[in-house]
Amino acid sequence: MSNLRTPLSEVKGHGSAKDGTSHFWVQRLTAIAMVPLVLWLCFSVASLPGMTQAEIRTWISEPFTAVILILLILTGFYHAKLGLQMVIEDYIGNHGPRTAVIIGVTMLCVFMAVLGLFSVLRIAFTL
Amino acid sequence: MARNDQRPLSPHLQIYKLPLTAYVSIGNRVAGVLNSTALILLVLVIAGAASNPGDSSFFVSLVGSWFGKLVLFGFTLTLYFHMCNGIRHLFWDIGKGFDIEDADKTAKVSIGVAVALTIVTWIIASAS
Repeated sequence: MSNLRTPLSEVKGHGSAKDGTSHFWVQRLTAIAMVPLVLWLCFSVASLPGMTQAEIRTWISEPFTAVILILLILTGFYHAKLGLQMVIEDYIGNHGPRTAVIIGVTMLCVFMAVLGLFSVLRIAFTL
Repeated sequence: MARNDQRPLSPHLQIYKLPLTAYVSIGNRVAGVLNSTALILLVLVIAGAASNPGDSSFFVSLVGSWFGKLVLFGFTLTLYFHMCNGIRHLFWDIGKGFDIEDADKTAKVSIGVAVALTIVTWIIASAS
């Protein structure tokens, strides 16, 4: 079969989307990282209902909890952004609304990630 | 002329009986979207706890209510299901498990392990 790609595009390995396989690869990378993080999160989340606000603050301020929460927030929202983008691309056909929704979802993910990081650090450094 | 009801139907979504793998595939996507809202709720709980050292903030007291517990239980199930099915996808990525029987078996395993992990998690959490 004839290959219609130029030698330069072969070397760069990028398709028409200009970012090659990075969406696929980062989604898999964050997925692998999320496996231990989700196991930890689920066990932590199940014990949240019995805790008072002060106990939750003390728990978040522990170095291990704070570090894992920061990793979870960063990896989780990155993975969520990639996955939600894929869902939007599949179900919204018109280019304009599709791009607008992707921009909105990306900004929401970034806002929530920054809010989460700031909140963890604020608790960790004030207790 | 007699109508033949035994003629094959084209696989149209509304009349085609979806196999388990199709439901698991759709479920994985739905679980992923739900997990995004779970992450947002987690951040709102942490932000609530960060904003106020004393009294319970809105989201912290919400998590303590029966409704909050129900929501958290649901989120542990969707998180575990998405995790198990994600591992299934990672095996597909390295070219393993594509046979129909394998895909069917691993779909059942994903559901089973997710349900088992959810129950074990809540038993351990409520015991401690």
